[in-house]
Amino acid sequence: MAASGGRTVGSFLWKCGNCCFNFNTVSSNLTRQVLSRQLCVSAVLHRKNLAAAGPEKFSEEFIKKQVEEFNIGKRHLANMMGEDPETFTQGDINRSIAYLFPSGLFDKKAKPLMKHPDEVFPKQRAVQWGADGRPFHFLFYTGKQSYYSLMHVSTGSLVGSRWLLKEELEELLVETISEHDYARFIQLMERLLSLPYCSVEEDFVQRYRRQLEIQSSKQQVQPLQYDQHGVAYSTGDGRRKTATGTVLLRDSGSGSISINGTNYVHYFPVLQDREQLMFPLHFMGVLGRFDMQCSVSGGGHSSQAGALRLAISRAMLSFLSEGQVETMRQAGLLTPDPRIKERKKPGQEGARRKFTWKKR
Amino acid sequence: MLYTCLLPACQSEQHLGQYYTVPPSHFHTVFPHGLPPRYQQQVKTFNEGCVMVRQPALELISHLKRADYSKPTLRYLLYGVKGSGKTMSLCHTVHYCSTQGWLVLHIPDAHLWVKNCKELLPSSYHASRFDQPIQASNWLRNFRTTNEHFLSKIKLRQRYVWTKRESTEEGRPLGELVDMGVSRVKSSSDVVGAVLKELRLQAGGTEGGFRLAVAVDGVNGLWGRTTLKKEDKSPVAPEELTLVHNLRKMINNDWCGGAVIATLSQTGSLYAPSSAYLPQELLGEEGFDSMDPFVPVPVSLYSEKEFESCYLYYLDRHWLQHPHSQTEEGKKELIFLSNRNPSVLERLCAFL
Repeated sequence: MAASGGRTVGSFLWKCGNCCFNFNTVSSNLTRQVLSRQLCVSAVLHRKNLAAAGPEKFSEEFIKKQVEEFNIGKRHLANMMGEDPETFTQGDINRSIAYLFPSGLFDKKAKPLMKHPDEVFPKQRAVQWGADGRPFHFLFYTGKQSYYSLMHVSTGSLVGSRWLLKEELEELLVETISEHDYARFIQLMERLLSLPYCSVEEDFVQRYRRQLEIQSSKQQVQPLQYDQHGVAYSTGDGRRKTATGTVLLRDSGSGSISINGTNYVHYFPVLQDREQLMFPLHFMGVLGRFDMQCSVSGGGHSSQAGALRLAISRAMLSFLSEGQVETMRQAGLLTPDPRIKERKKPGQEGARRKFTWKKR
Repeated sequence: MLYTCLLPACQSEQHLGQYYTVPPSHFHTVFPHGLPPRYQQQVKTFNEGCVMVRQPALELISHLKRADYSKPTLRYLLYGVKGSGKTMSLCHTVHYCSTQGWLVLHIPDAHLWVKNCKELLPSSYHASRFDQPIQASNWLRNFRTTNEHFLSKIKLRQRYVWTKRESTEEGRPLGELVDMGVSRVKSSSDVVGAVLKELRLQAGGTEGGFRLAVAVDGVNGLWGRTTLKKEDKSPVAPEELTLVHNLRKMINNDWCGGAVIATLSQTGSLYAPSSAYLPQELLGEEGFDSMDPFVPVPVSLYSEKEFESCYLYYLDRHWLQHPHSQTEEGKKELIFLSNRNPSVLERLCAFL
């Protein structure tokens, strides 16, 4: 090992000799340590970059089949050698193969080998996305999803929470604290978190942190209001691209809709706009249940329809259960559409359109 | 029970919402013009003409049955939102009148006479009026198809001189007059005027008397403004058109022995906002005063039963091909999207 190692080490030293001359001045022990460490490094360096291997070349069923075949072959081999199949180790396999198939080749990789398929076939990533092309992992588009998910987990306790405020800390300790004291406390907690094995004291740390409300997933669901006849009603408003609309949704109605005083069939002669109005009701299956009085202004007919759709969805929240609210949110009915008209830039005719290019 | 075989004369409230078929033989004689274009396409597609029995038409027919024809004519006005079925109700009533043997004067759309006229001739009869030869001759041709059997029976009571050499003597049949109007296009507008006058005089007559039904679609076009211009680019008022002038005389209730059934129409009207559908808004002051007194007949959107019937009819004819439209939910969607408006529903189902 040392003799063969020496050859590669020598060549390695010669390669590295150009980059740093300090190595030559280091003592012999250190050189040997450095050399041995660099040997390990070199093995890693010579191995192929697994991540860049590309999409998987072997399917899961193939690998499974190979594993089965390997296990069966191992038992056959044990029987052949007259040994006990249950306690046949990898070292035994190697010896048996070397005995059964003697080879005069020098290259280790060229000699016949029988190893577990996991060692033979390179480890590869399974397909990262499903049939519809949507990736499984939420960090897929960072490029290095496993790394970032690892970082995410280790700092998980810090994300989505904040340190206690000075007033809250005073309340907790039932003592007055000066600003200087509070600053020292925060400094100490941060130092604690920076030390290794801080996850052991996570409970202790969490006591001094407060969860931040994640604004985006919380919908303010207003309670139902009842008018003098006992009919439930609720209001909602929505906006889309300079059009604003408000809706008064009344229960136990017949599905009549009036917009700005006129019938919706006359206000929206285009079928597409009426379909937009229909979408939230049809999605929840409550088509004929509500009566609506809407008022809308601004924008064009499409944006008015979009604004009303958002307003209807928001007004309907008070009539629905939690699970239905979640399905509506996932359907995109509660998200206001952020698209607006793009600004016109100087030197161009419109937002994107350039002036006609004349050759001369 | 979707279909009924009874002719309009025998229909009553129990047949509301049911469809009855117009016999093909009647189709070309009674309705050479006057049906809405989309309905004509539907007839051609389904190879039959089915009309739904609805409340406004039944009301009109019952009025016509009970009216006293020795008194001055009653005027009925069908009004309603766009697409609610006014023209179809009018055609239903016209069919009833023709099966009862009335003489039907059906003007398919009065708006056609006050706009898009290519040729405008100064009238020979009256100096300040204008003639519309194409429209008049078209109308006379259709009139001839509708009322074939009357043309030989009615005799003229007056002598009409058209030019120095042309004249129609007293006692000649009406058919000759109409033929002359169709062939001599230049004087067709005056022929129309003459025909209307003769019919007005003879309608209530006891000897060989017939009942006259004047059915005008889009009657609000007679009193609005026109888009026509004289040679010096000044606008033409409706009174200055011969056809309009004579038609207005018909609508006046100074004759007896018939009925005037009119529909308001916003679709073809000029200079009227699209949300207007009430008589006052569409007729204007002048029109309202001329039409007053009249019997208003409102035409509403489909009721639940009528919508159900229309939906079943389309299903029966395999017009709704989409599998979802045959389910309950599809039906609810159709109700929502069309709000039970007949024309909107028809357009919606056209591509399903």
